[in-house]
Amino acid sequence: MIREITLGQYYPVDSVLHRLDPRTKLFGTMVFIVSLFLANSLASYGIATLFLVLSIRLSKVPFSFMVRGLRAILFLLLISVSFNLFLTPGIEIFRIGFLKITWEGVRLAGFMALRLIYLVIGSSIMTLTTTPNQLTDGLEKSLGFLKRVKVPVHEISMMMSIALRFIPILVEETDKIMKAQMARGADFESGNLIQKARNMVPLLVPLFISAFRRATDLAMAMEARCYHGGDGRTKMKPLCYARRDRITYLVYLIYLVMIVLVRFS
Amino acid sequence: MSIKAEHINYLYGEGTAFEQYALRDVSFEIGDGQFIGLIGHTGSGKSTLIQHLNGLLRASSGKIYYNGEDIYQDGYDMRALRNQVGLVFQYPEHQLFEVDVFSDVCFGPKNQGLSKEEMEARAREALTQVGLSERYWDQSPFELSGGQKRRVAIAGVLAMQPEVLILDEPTAGLDPRGRDEILDQISALHNEKRMTIILVSHSMEDIARYADRIMVMSHGEKLFDAPPKEVFGHYKELEEIGLAAPQITYVARQLREKGVPLEEDITTVEEAKKAILGLLKKTGKAGSKE
Repeated sequence: MIREITLGQYYPVDSVLHRLDPRTKLFGTMVFIVSLFLANSLASYGIATLFLVLSIRLSKVPFSFMVRGLRAILFLLLISVSFNLFLTPGIEIFRIGFLKITWEGVRLAGFMALRLIYLVIGSSIMTLTTTPNQLTDGLEKSLGFLKRVKVPVHEISMMMSIALRFIPILVEETDKIMKAQMARGADFESGNLIQKARNMVPLLVPLFISAFRRATDLAMAMEARCYHGGDGRTKMKPLCYARRDRITYLVYLIYLVMIVLVRFS
Repeated sequence: MSIKAEHINYLYGEGTAFEQYALRDVSFEIGDGQFIGLIGHTGSGKSTLIQHLNGLLRASSGKIYYNGEDIYQDGYDMRALRNQVGLVFQYPEHQLFEVDVFSDVCFGPKNQGLSKEEMEARAREALTQVGLSERYWDQSPFELSGGQKRRVAIAGVLAMQPEVLILDEPTAGLDPRGRDEILDQISALHNEKRMTIILVSHSMEDIARYADRIMVMSHGEKLFDAPPKEVFGHYKELEEIGLAAPQITYVARQLREKGVPLEEDITTVEEAKKAILGLLKKTGKAGSKE
């Protein structure tokens, strides 16, 4: 019924990008995002496109999977493009009534669209090649320095991975409770917004109760296995950089320098 | 008045590479007032099958008739079907949500659009049927014990007064006493109200004691469909698919091997007791004559 919900859209193939350390990929995504906000000319967008195409080819993930994420921002894309298109002052090309389109508007709208599309595709490359668990591991280690200022990095990342792990379970549970209430004549489809919201009560109350029950069960099981937070805890697969990560960082550096040079020259 | 299923197939992930049969060419007819035991190993398609019978799942192909009407025809009232075919899911206590027991049981009748008096009358009747004492009716369902919660949930379906009652492992996780009480109440519904019952269970003893017909599912297919004695006669095949005959059947079988002239098709303790007492009487009389 609601199986379509997928978070963690990992695409399991073996590629160079898949084998990279999650920290490298996180950093790379950040570099790419920064570069997109620095880019302001055709030349710099050309370099970004080259970098993106290269990453897509290396990831071995079908292009259609990357475009899938774009559907979510389609509305945002339309709004920002039309605002830029119609509301930028400058040399007029033509006008319909009070709406006028300017050269500057076309340019800005185009760049804005490219920037948004690249942002989404760039970050989906990371989520498509990294499992949610690797991602939280990477985040935990990259943000490890925050521990010195008393930020509970390990705890936060543990919560994140547990939350991710629980999503499919809760989806399944929702499906089950929905069916059970439908068997008692509940109706989740018809009615106006307020009625619909009220009809959700028989679904949400049992769902919350079961989430709390599972949470206490899990906490008990973790304590029974002597979990006591991150201090002194070792990992089965500790993260460590390989040669390919060093090379990738070098590529990032060259890319960023090029973007900066194009921008400020 | 019956449920009739014709060549039901149900596929998971149809049209993808992960396509998999959950049900394969299942056909049967269930007449009014029958007590059906549905058994099968975990993942054999039992739960998938019963969800077809009240239209929660739609077969990929095949037809289901309820009282002669095709439930997949255009304009068929699925909610009316769900009122008549009551389905109690596994661990039904997880679906309780109201502030007190009585209102929770009223949820089904309320959805049927009944008047307040009718609704409350039905809830009272259902709660009495499952044997929940009146002092619990105003309590929050979350304060009750597991067995009591289970009764409330079953009452929630009974209050809709269905013609067919399907129960998916209603005794899972209950202690022996709670188990017997719930099964006896179900059996009373069958005997007194002539309700058609479909009971999914892993306990061969329970099935042997109550059901008058057993359907065995294995890997999405119907393997046997016959009276209990006949099905448990195939105990070797049952063992192959991870099931078994009731323990007393094995005891009787071993006694026979040791030379005790018991019948071969004993499936309940009650029967065994009768047969053995009968034998003792005979041999006792024979002994006293000598």
